Amino acid sequence: MELTALIPTLCALLLSPLLLGIINRTKAVAAGRNGQSLAQLYFDLWKLLRKGAVYSQTTSWVFRAGPIAGLAAVLVTLTLVPFGAQPALLAFDGDLVLFAYLLGLMRFMTVIAALDTGSAFEGMGASREVQFAALAEPALLLGLAAIARETQSLSLSGMFAGITVDTWSKSAPVLALVAAALLVVFLAENARVPVDDPNTHLELTMIHEVMVLDHGGPDFAFILYGAALKLWVMGALLIGIVIPVRSGNPWLDVPAALCGMIAISVLVGIVESSMARLRLLRVPQLLVGASALSVLALLLVLR
Amino acid sequence: MNRAVDAIMVFLVLTNLLMLGASRLASLIRVVAVQGVILGLLPLVAGQEAISIHQYALAAGILSLKGVVFPWLLTRAQRDANVRREVEPFVGYSLSLLAGMLALAFSLWLGRRLPLPVQGGSTLVAPVAFFTIISGLFLIVTRKKALTQVLGYLALENGVYAFGIAIAQDSPLLVEMGILLDVFVAVFVMGIIIFHINREFDHIDTDRLAKLQDWAAQPQEAPMTESAFAIDKDDKHDKHDKGDKA
Repeated sequence: MELTALIPTLCALLLSPLLLGIINRTKAVAAGRNGQSLAQLYFDLWKLLRKGAVYSQTTSWVFRAGPIAGLAAVLVTLTLVPFGAQPALLAFDGDLVLFAYLLGLMRFMTVIAALDTGSAFEGMGASREVQFAALAEPALLLGLAAIARETQSLSLSGMFAGITVDTWSKSAPVLALVAAALLVVFLAENARVPVDDPNTHLELTMIHEVMVLDHGGPDFAFILYGAALKLWVMGALLIGIVIPVRSGNPWLDVPAALCGMIAISVLVGIVESSMARLRLLRVPQLLVGASALSVLALLLVLR
Repeated sequence: MNRAVDAIMVFLVLTNLLMLGASRLASLIRVVAVQGVILGLLPLVAGQEAISIHQYALAAGILSLKGVVFPWLLTRAQRDANVRREVEPFVGYSLSLLAGMLALAFSLWLGRRLPLPVQGGSTLVAPVAFFTIISGLFLIVTRKKALTQVLGYLALENGVYAFGIAIAQDSPLLVEMGILLDVFVAVFVMGIIIFHINREFDHIDTDRLAKLQDWAAQPQEAPMTESAFAIDKDDKHDKHDKGDKA
């Protein structure tokens, strides 16, 4: 294995907190503020890691295992997703299913850690998170299935190597539909605006944020870092479809993908500053709509 | 050329899905207008040979009618009737979307089974046309407001038109124009009817129009508006009387 194969993974480990900084900066600029530093999340992580954790006496080992297992799960997904035309560290047939369910495992750990606190408030957030995730999953899997069929490959690395400018010119509708569906899944999975508002601490509307209220110190740092990595991983998936730069030269492909990641962060920032959160009852409709796009793409490919 | 037709067909499917998921009547009208505009572009890209004046005239007619006149008529009807959204349809929006996906799968299956007389066209056209017809019908059956049903009718007509373009690319100008005129008159009349239904009954919920009766069958009753006024006056008198007694 060449050393360049490690570049994407290192990029993800080092730069993923920066994406959240870019999102926040975009929102600040759109609102006419100066905003916090681009590196704010790094400072936060550093601060949290130096603190001690406080554990409630009603919690068990599940509560302590949640953040660590969640971070571990998302780190494994990082090895499955190709970035910038570089094959992923691990690639085998069917790894897209493993990818989807590692993210599911991460969510499961967060949810049972939240339930372990015994707080009714966290239970409410957990229930919402699971409900929306159950609706987002078909959109993700069906979309990936459409691309797998289109590129005749069953591993994420093969699929994304198969998406080239040529594929785009041949079957642009399929790829555009999957990209649109994945964008919705991206926003839903990362608890961004049309589905969840990461800034709000209003009880009635919180989904993701509410589940991690009782974590503190290093545990909370793991959760924040895991969320940043998840944003990166899902973003890499989207970038792999939307930016078909496959020149074979890592010094060209990786920067192109990095630009794509920055563009996605800016896009998320723009979405968040231009629209409000959907009503909770409307969110399932959005996710079902995303699944409809994926189904349409799959039907077009199967035709 | 085929690629452009394919893109238009995918757009058509997307507008259908949007239509099934939309609850605001204003956005529904907009979606149907967009659908009309997309279809207006279809004759320009569907032809295998150079574009004739006939096709330009057809495209211009469709664009102006379906893109401008119908939305304007329907928006006016919506404003007069003062309804903003479809409240409590018979089938909910998420379920409608799921039904739409099933209908799409069914149409694709049907499209593959049907031998078309014309070869060489896009294979997507027939299934998508079926899907548009089915979604229009679905809208008519499952929604309550008269306005939504008019929009469903328009979508249905769009589907028929798309199918016609695919099968008979050189159908006579006169036939196409005649159909357009028919649709125009239909929408025009329906707009007026919606206005009158709303004036008579103060709503345009078709499920509550089950008791429509012939006026001749009940000669003793005065027309609705007048009797309503009469009752109103009586009520006021009653209240005044009670007030006096109290």
